[in-house]
Amino acid sequence: MRYLPKSPSDREQMLAEIGVSSIDDLFACVPGEYRLSRMLDVPRQMAESEIVDQFRDYAARNAAGYASFLGAGAYQHYRPVIIDALVQRGEFLTSYTPYQAEIAQGTLQAIFEFQTMICELTGQEIANASMYDGSTGAAEAIMMSVRLTGRDETIIARSVHPEYREVVRTYGQHQGLVAHEVDFELASGRVDLKSLEAALTDKTASVVIQSPNFFGCIEDVDAIAEMVHKKGALLIVSIAEAISLGAVKPPSAADIVSMECQSYGVALSYGGPYCGVLATKEKFVRQMPGRLVGETTDTNGKRGFVLTLATREQHIRREKATSNICTNQALIALMCTVYLMVYGREGLKDLAYQNLAKAAYAAAEFGKAGEVLFAGTRTPRFNEFVLQTDDDPHDINRRLLEKKIMGGLPLKRWYPELGNAALWCVTEMNTRAEIDAAAATLNAGGASAHNRDKELVGQK
Amino acid sequence: MQNRIKKVSRHITQNEGLIFEKSSPGKKAYKMPPLDVPEVDVKSVLGDSAREDLGHMPEVSEIEIIRHFTRLSTWNYAIDLGMYPLGSCTMKYNARVNEFVSRLEGIGGAHPYQPESLSQGVMQVMYDVAQCLIEITGMDTITLQPAAGAHGEMTGLLLIRAYLDAKGEARKKILIPDSAHGTNPATAAICGYEVENIKSDPVTGMVDIAGLERQVTEDVAALMLTNPNTLGVFDQHIHKVADVLHAKGAQLYMDGANMNALVGKTRPGDFGVDLMHLNLHKTFSTPHGGGGPGSGPVACKKHFEPFLPTPVLVSKDGKLHFDYDRPQSIGRVRMWYGNYGMFVRALAYILANGPDGLKQTTEDAVLNANYIRAKLQDVYDLPYKTPSMHEVIFSDRLQTQKGVKTGDIAKRLIDYGFHPYTTSFPLIVPGALMIEPTESESKEELDLFIDAMRSIAAEVEEDPQYVLDAPHDTRVGRMDEVGAARKPILRWNPK
Amino acid sequence: MASYPSDYRFTKEHEWIKIEGSTGTIGITDHAQHSLGDIVYVELPKVGTEVKAHQTFGTVESVKAVSDIFSPISGKVTAINEELSSSPEKINADANNAWMIKVEISDAFAVSSLMDAAAYEEFIKEEGTR
Repeated sequence: MRYLPKSPSDREQMLAEIGVSSIDDLFACVPGEYRLSRMLDVPRQMAESEIVDQFRDYAARNAAGYASFLGAGAYQHYRPVIIDALVQRGEFLTSYTPYQAEIAQGTLQAIFEFQTMICELTGQEIANASMYDGSTGAAEAIMMSVRLTGRDETIIARSVHPEYREVVRTYGQHQGLVAHEVDFELASGRVDLKSLEAALTDKTASVVIQSPNFFGCIEDVDAIAEMVHKKGALLIVSIAEAISLGAVKPPSAADIVSMECQSYGVALSYGGPYCGVLATKEKFVRQMPGRLVGETTDTNGKRGFVLTLATREQHIRREKATSNICTNQALIALMCTVYLMVYGREGLKDLAYQNLAKAAYAAAEFGKAGEVLFAGTRTPRFNEFVLQTDDDPHDINRRLLEKKIMGGLPLKRWYPELGNAALWCVTEMNTRAEIDAAAATLNAGGASAHNRDKELVGQK
Repeated sequence: MQNRIKKVSRHITQNEGLIFEKSSPGKKAYKMPPLDVPEVDVKSVLGDSAREDLGHMPEVSEIEIIRHFTRLSTWNYAIDLGMYPLGSCTMKYNARVNEFVSRLEGIGGAHPYQPESLSQGVMQVMYDVAQCLIEITGMDTITLQPAAGAHGEMTGLLLIRAYLDAKGEARKKILIPDSAHGTNPATAAICGYEVENIKSDPVTGMVDIAGLERQVTEDVAALMLTNPNTLGVFDQHIHKVADVLHAKGAQLYMDGANMNALVGKTRPGDFGVDLMHLNLHKTFSTPHGGGGPGSGPVACKKHFEPFLPTPVLVSKDGKLHFDYDRPQSIGRVRMWYGNYGMFVRALAYILANGPDGLKQTTEDAVLNANYIRAKLQDVYDLPYKTPSMHEVIFSDRLQTQKGVKTGDIAKRLIDYGFHPYTTSFPLIVPGALMIEPTESESKEELDLFIDAMRSIAAEVEEDPQYVLDAPHDTRVGRMDEVGAARKPILRWNPK
Repeated sequence: MASYPSDYRFTKEHEWIKIEGSTGTIGITDHAQHSLGDIVYVELPKVGTEVKAHQTFGTVESVKAVSDIFSPISGKVTAINEELSSSPEKINADANNAWMIKVEISDAFAVSSLMDAAAYEEFIKEEGTR
């Protein structure tokens, strides 16, 4: 086996040094009746070239070479090549959690830089070293709000990603958490403030909103924060499309921000691994789950970094820990760190601007074949929008696939009240030609006849 | 003392500040393509939600980023540099072909919501790795969704709870041995269970069956057991343990952190385990990456099948699809399908090994640990004489007589060019040195490690203060962790 | 070697209490701070909380350990030492004077079961040889 660095004679020699006659003697501790007397029924050992061929074959049976308008929590953005060049350095790729600070300063400093940039982007005071993803991060943020307030109810906006909400339910079900949902305004696509006000009680630990929300609409974070704080509850803002922060005001008024950083240079990779992160106020640090890196000095007074405040964590506090989380997503956070440095202060603005412009163009073009929902109320949007059509979006998508285009995500399974609606996402990766081709198919298919007059109103 | 060190030499490393200290307005590492659609006015599109500026985000050039991270990387120890004997963490070789195939366009670029008809290849990877893991564990079914080992534990306990609830049994307790990982009790707590510790047999380190019989009542939902346990000891009474639990309707959950000692030699499903998680980043060689991502699939017996997280991957009429209609499911534990990229890597690892390679891998891991044990047991105390499997646990009992503790020996090991072993764990061994070489070490590397450990033992006798002051040759000395915790500085701030 | 004030009483969990009238002032002993090492954080209850004898009312943390603090008596918390939240090192420097909480004692009877200084010193000596 090519990964094993021993010759048969090495093994013989070692067995002799141990004082046993065969390797089986070392497995004598496993009772005979449970020892496997046959070979495992898994595929035979392959050459590297065969493995590559096999995966090329898997890869070929997927959507390669398609234009995509899919977003909804996973976004296609350009990944600068230096990301993979750097994260594949063995010193990052093949090291463990940096418990031994003297020989892990590289990882520690990179995480410290990540934490700093997340604070800058989200308008919060502190950030952790990362969480599994945006969905589990939202659940952890809620449990954090429960510990901070001593209350056990949370209110989640229905405009939060449906899968995030499912994860919250799973996490909360045996922790005594009562999760209420609050609806969105049909006109604006944003949290219905009146319903929210009515739902808030003195048992509410937190309110969870997403901004830009699942429909791409940007919530009025400040107004919601004020309402939530009046009741002594905490506001959790979830961000799924992190690129939005290049153009959208950071949710500084939030108490906890739970962000999915996949957009920062992380491959789509069929849904994972991604990189969640929590950011919050300094005064809440003791209830923050996950790892934290802090600056300190060594015995000679030289600056260095360490994992700190570890007493919050499971390996010390065991059943009283803030969370059972053990790993973070260090390597993925490193991808994000590199990405954020590549684009930096100006590039993130330029990038967000291109997303805005392309989405605005696409919304105008697709709006000719249907109705762009939540558009008439001056709701600000980032790079996603909901298009309602006469035809079932599944049918539309079938027609688009013939043109090698993946259309918007049909929403009926989560939001039946929106009818034939789909969530479209347009990023800097979508060319005008792709947008025009999709629009042509939408129009040609008679996606909508009923909106002809609305279209005229919507156009300048 | 330097002449004793054979593996490493002193080496120049570059200094490097924080990236923010290199930033200067106007430097760029990016170039946007020209905008091919009409321009928009940000203020009028976003109104009050428009952002003014991006604060202290850095502005640097590409070469500075490359140098920055390359310099930082040289300050890290890694498997690629040498033996990384962190017990319980399984720091084995991470093959590069795994990285290569996970980045193929149709795989790395697959969107989780793309149509199933255009996802048959990526879904087939999930199906194939699931079949392999089911065969390796001897279980009936599996969920790949959990994002890490601890997340797998949570999923496992939720499955147990759903299964018992469906039977109308509201049991309250989870039993956990005193040798367990900290994640076990933390997980039980977040799943709403009371934790009851069970004592290990003081001589063998195994579960004390008589004690277990007393503690297992109708109120016990499950025992969470690591096997081999954190002492590296295979619990020979494992089937009796399962019988005691099953007689009272309780489940046996196995923490699969140490599955790398069993692959191809014995299967948990055959020795009475009801469900278990696997750490793909341990046994199946997906990279640790400085602390993640992990991946923690949960394999289980048939009776848990209705409760698996949604969606469940099923094969029907020659096509794969996701089944969301699972009324008894515990729900999702994370969005989409799990840390997909890790499934690709784990499958590539399994294919590179085949059945013979997997078996040889396990044998070599056990061989290496026993070789270290044989070569060090005269200079380090061996608190449990029970046979070791993939890791060996010594204690610092002999060295504490000179005032040197396990953490000090670990720091001195750094000077010898090795990453420390796991210190002070498991908790049932005071001053533990937990050493897991894995199969990835050659005899030559092992001999260097043994030599280093023996040399340190000698230093403790001759000059304990020198060991206490270690490490001597690292870029930075021991860090002021007390100061870091008292006055946390968790982000950079401009001067 | 620190001394243990003769007007203090001590618990087996290494807390001290000084009783003045119906008020008890509580801290951890010098022996406790010594075995914990550098203390980095103290978590104390809010004023008004009811504490119970032998039950935990807070925690002290070193870099790598968390220890519960047990109340020697039952009663209501009337004051907490705010200074410790920003300067936990005061406990290491002078455990006898780094008080944590003041309690309005509701159960004076429990006091008689506590150790005096001599008994406590004997207790830690025995504990050390075990």
